[in-house]
Amino acid sequence: MNRYPIWVYITVAVALALGLLYTLPNFYGETPAVQVSSARVTIKVDEATQAAIETELKRAEIPYTGVLLDATGVRVRFANVDLQGKGKDALSAALNPKAGDEQYTIALNLMANSPDWLRSLHALPMYLGLDLRGGVHFLYRVNLDEALVKRLDGLSGNIRAQFRDKSLRHNGISREGRTLVLRFRDAATRDKARALLGDGFPELVSEALDVEGESRLQARIRPEAEKQIQDDAIKQNISTFHNRVNELGVSEPVIQQQGADRILVQLPGVQDTARAKEILGRAATLEFRLVEAHAGGSDSRDFDPAKIEAAMKGTVPLGTELRFSRSDARRGDRGEPLLLSKQVILTGDRLTGASAGFDQNQRASVNIDLDAQGGRIMRDVTRDAVKRRMAVLLVEKGVPEVLTAPVIQSELGNRFQITGLFNPKEAADLSLLLRAGSLAAPMEIIEERTVGPSLGRDNIEKGFNSTLWGFVAISLFMIAYYMVFGVFSVLALSTNLLLLLAILSIMQATLTLPGIAAIALTLGMAIDANVLINERIREELREGASPQAAIAVGYERAFGTILDSNVTTLIAGIALLLIGSGPVRGFAVVHCLGILTSMFSAIVVSRAMVNLTFGRRRRLVGVPIGNTAWN
Amino acid sequence: MEFFKIRRDIPFMRHALLFNAISALTFLAAVFFLFSRGLHFSIEFTGGTLIEMSYATAADTDRIRGVLQKAGFEDVTVQNFGSSRDVLIRLPVKRDQTSADLATSVLSLLKQDDPSAERRRTEFVGPQVGSELARDGLIALLVTAIGIVIYLALRFEWKFGVAAIIANLHDVVIILGFFALFQWEFSLPVLAAVLAVLGYSVNESVVIADRIRENFRRMRRASVTEVIDNAITRTISRTIITHGCTQAMVTSMLFFGGAALHYFALALTIGILFGIYSSVLVMAPLVRWLGVKREDLIRAPAKRKDEAVV
Repeated sequence: MNRYPIWVYITVAVALALGLLYTLPNFYGETPAVQVSSARVTIKVDEATQAAIETELKRAEIPYTGVLLDATGVRVRFANVDLQGKGKDALSAALNPKAGDEQYTIALNLMANSPDWLRSLHALPMYLGLDLRGGVHFLYRVNLDEALVKRLDGLSGNIRAQFRDKSLRHNGISREGRTLVLRFRDAATRDKARALLGDGFPELVSEALDVEGESRLQARIRPEAEKQIQDDAIKQNISTFHNRVNELGVSEPVIQQQGADRILVQLPGVQDTARAKEILGRAATLEFRLVEAHAGGSDSRDFDPAKIEAAMKGTVPLGTELRFSRSDARRGDRGEPLLLSKQVILTGDRLTGASAGFDQNQRASVNIDLDAQGGRIMRDVTRDAVKRRMAVLLVEKGVPEVLTAPVIQSELGNRFQITGLFNPKEAADLSLLLRAGSLAAPMEIIEERTVGPSLGRDNIEKGFNSTLWGFVAISLFMIAYYMVFGVFSVLALSTNLLLLLAILSIMQATLTLPGIAAIALTLGMAIDANVLINERIREELREGASPQAAIAVGYERAFGTILDSNVTTLIAGIALLLIGSGPVRGFAVVHCLGILTSMFSAIVVSRAMVNLTFGRRRRLVGVPIGNTAWN
Repeated sequence: MEFFKIRRDIPFMRHALLFNAISALTFLAAVFFLFSRGLHFSIEFTGGTLIEMSYATAADTDRIRGVLQKAGFEDVTVQNFGSSRDVLIRLPVKRDQTSADLATSVLSLLKQDDPSAERRRTEFVGPQVGSELARDGLIALLVTAIGIVIYLALRFEWKFGVAAIIANLHDVVIILGFFALFQWEFSLPVLAAVLAVLGYSVNESVVIADRIRENFRRMRRASVTEVIDNAITRTISRTIITHGCTQAMVTSMLFFGGAALHYFALALTIGILFGIYSSVLVMAPLVRWLGVKREDLIRAPAKRKDEAVV
């Protein structure tokens, strides 16, 4: 009656073995390490780099405990965090002698101590959340409307160019909110224009209107194209973040989309929030625009002080805007007034590279590389614009700032240099921002957390201690109260813990303090199943059932109750998962998983133990489940 | 060992009116405190900036408050957190100031004042995130409640679903009432605890409902009251032992978990204690008053059809 077929025992044994195997890596701990990887495609990290690193560390007399070369780069282990910091500084100085021109990314890292054979089985420790290891956490909101507006502005420029090519006359193109309004003299021209739009700009949907005797076209971006633009904007911002985080030298950063318009960035180990935020959050978009009029000097075209003067008084010609170039403290002025075309030639997303350097006259310069399309656009625009000036604008939080407005010296292509107004440090700063890419849509921080390393250590200890002592208390009570069956219950509960940790490790879940609390709470609740079973067996015994029958009926009757109660707990867990973000989500994941593993361990595993021990005895006189006789 | 040697059924239902009066009073008190004092929401819900500092010696909160107020930070709350050396500083959301500037300037001010000050953590939450969280929390509560009612209605009978959810939402309101009365901080982990308690207390109701159904089958001649009394009496041992074990774990968190888990564990403690009471002494009388019958739980035999033919 109380015998399991052999395959059930095998299943239990296999589950236990796998559980043990995948929980194991968590016990080895981690050592501080420094990771050196290549910051450029052209530079390879190989044995030579490894040798250079080792010589450098020996020269600086910094002891290290191991060096490992793999596909991601070289990792050097250190005995403690102090040495790790010193090691990083020494290596940074030796490998990246020129600031602003980093060839290697040197990051602080933690390396799992687990042996290679475990790693080859993909048995890896859980990640520790920020609240356990320290670091910074940012939640950004991406302004998606802004991405659409920018796209519309870009489109209106392209439409103008197209109309010019086809010699199609129009009375103006303007943007009103999310709509482009195109004005024409007569309906015939409008219909031609509409056909042109349909062919050349498939993402636009247009509508013909007659307003005040004027023939108009109203064009909007198609909803599906709108979605695409917004998705692209988020993706581009995420990849930009990745690049910028690399510049920060953080290993294991978390950068992921959350909801429709949010990006979560977690940088473990980073303590310098201000710097992290400066590099990440400089929501810099780069724009190249032609200067329509300036009062700078007659050696370049569009020298028109009268127009500038008029603009300063408020008469700004259509399609242009008045901007001042970055103020120069040395000259003590507020910058040069420039009339800029509103049409954006290029934005930062066409940029493939940027680096600081020096031109042939040893002036600081920024070298810019564009992609093929960007190069083509630049060539088309600059062919007719030699000796005109081109402004480079950095748009931060919607406020454009003219970084520089150099004179175009010749037709530009995929590669060109900006020289002139920089000092070497400025050039390095600008190139860093450019190289890291520029964000497609502006963002703002809506949530920020910093956890110091000491708090992280405390939290681990507290979480561990509360689980441990709670577990001990439950175990002692269960064994005292239910005797041998109490031992089985405790073993089942341990199995539950083991399986839960194993599944979390396999999922490579991030362990947080609420996660640890959820583990503890789940254990405290999971014992319910065993209590139900044990009480039921006692009850059956009391009512005169034979020992074997009491065990069988006890398990059977308790099963329905356990199932029902776990389903209701699961409903609450899933609701938590639904609202879940951050700490609550971690709690909910652990809670739900724990309920599922507890079903297996409390019912199958404990029954397997009971069956193994008592199932084969024909004449079982009593069940060691504590006192059941009341007389 | 055996704690519960109860040979005769305890007549719980005889005192049902009294128990329900008690819960109604506690419930009303909780609602009163919720409305009169309100919950003290953490910055996760309200938005704002929070800075936790650790000092080498016992921190002087008045002095810290003074330093900050002199520098122009208004509405600052400074309080000890966990130990006398740790301090929690809260700043409300300001429209024109970004998070970065606020936290950085507070940090540098405090470091100037006392070089031993070490930053433990900072947190900034925008006001928009906060209101979303509050909304999502309510949705989660509703989804859980509805889900549980539907499940219990399917598995048992709608009367059990309704009784269980009333009994357990009453627990939730009482937990919130405690948080309002003592102005304990209501944070995200506390919300998680409240929802976990909701699921957990329903466990209790399920165990009893299960027994009631079984008793209707076994005790053919017994009245509804006797059936319910018997069901409660026979599960009381399990109820108390299970809750005791869970409480052991929660108490351990209360003692060893430090400040971060303090309110989480506190919410669970209240939830567990009231959970026993509500599922035993609130849910069961409610089921009876909703008029549960043997036929509700045990499908009527197919005989009726034959009679109709005859």
